[in-house]
Amino acid sequence: MEHNKKKEIETASQGNEQFPGEVHDLPGGGVVISSFNEIINWARSNSLWPLTFATSCCGIEMMSVASSKYDFSRFGFEVARATPRQADVIIIAGTIVNKMAPVLKRLYDQMADPKYVIAMGACAISGGPFFYNTYSVVKGADHVIPVDVYIPGCPPRPEALLHALITLQQKIKSGLTREQIRVEKPQS
Amino acid sequence: MNNEEIKQHIIPILPNAVFEETGDWLQVQVEVSEWKQFTRWLKSETLQMDFLFCLTCIDWSATATGKTLLTMVYHFTSTVFRHTLVVKVKLDRNNPEIETVSDDWRTADFHEREVFDLFGVRFLHHPDLRRLVLTDDFEGHPLRKDFEDPVNMIKL
Repeated sequence: MEHNKKKEIETASQGNEQFPGEVHDLPGGGVVISSFNEIINWARSNSLWPLTFATSCCGIEMMSVASSKYDFSRFGFEVARATPRQADVIIIAGTIVNKMAPVLKRLYDQMADPKYVIAMGACAISGGPFFYNTYSVVKGADHVIPVDVYIPGCPPRPEALLHALITLQQKIKSGLTREQIRVEKPQS
Repeated sequence: MNNEEIKQHIIPILPNAVFEETGDWLQVQVEVSEWKQFTRWLKSETLQMDFLFCLTCIDWSATATGKTLLTMVYHFTSTVFRHTLVVKVKLDRNNPEIETVSDDWRTADFHEREVFDLFGVRFLHHPDLRRLVLTDDFEGHPLRKDFEDPVNMIKL
């Protein structure tokens, strides 16, 4: 576990990734030495299934990222699930209103562990343009569920969402998502 | 039918109606007491207003213009004649009550629930007058100018 903490978080722009561990070449083949945790994190980060969830215009950008021009399947996000029970990551794409908040909480609770959350756009981060003088909007989705990665923008460019998705992958590989840290704490 | 013809049809029915012709559509102000009778006439007789395409409310609070009233605004059109009429009804802001039109135009059912929800106008004889968009336990009517909610409303 400790070597996870030493690592710096690689940003997406630096992202040079390889299989975690050391390769020892031997005659007739080779041996890979690695920690099981790192292999699991590596595997999980490369197959993140997003939940089909969008509440406003950020959803259009999310669809754009799913389609052929940007295509997040290149990074292992292609299997968008219509049920939270099969999803690993929820991209909060849009405004969360007070009536939607319990629904979002319920969706999050239904997702199986390990689960990750991306807050996409100004509304999901802080209420955005609805921060002032609104009786109906939750001022940031992190009032309802914990968030791993925030993307600013109104709405963010598709590249920004890709950046956030890759950042989430880097975070998982480093063992630094909120959930991974929570699991580690009782042991130390 | 053009605006002038519509006007000539309305005058015998409502001799003391007030007309406004500032926009493309003819606007007429109707008293609450004459309202229900007038809508029946609009739908069935000469004008055949069979489509209510907008129903909303305006809060003229004391802070805005010195008036303290709510104005109901109805946009009617006729799919037979292709003419349009805007009807406005002034209501007492402290006790806003008006007869429902959801029996004549079914679309008014939800629109009136929405106006009840956000402005607190009570529609008499409405079949199911409950809050529509807000939660049932919401307090107050948020589109009124004097709506205060210090928890959720962050004022600049």
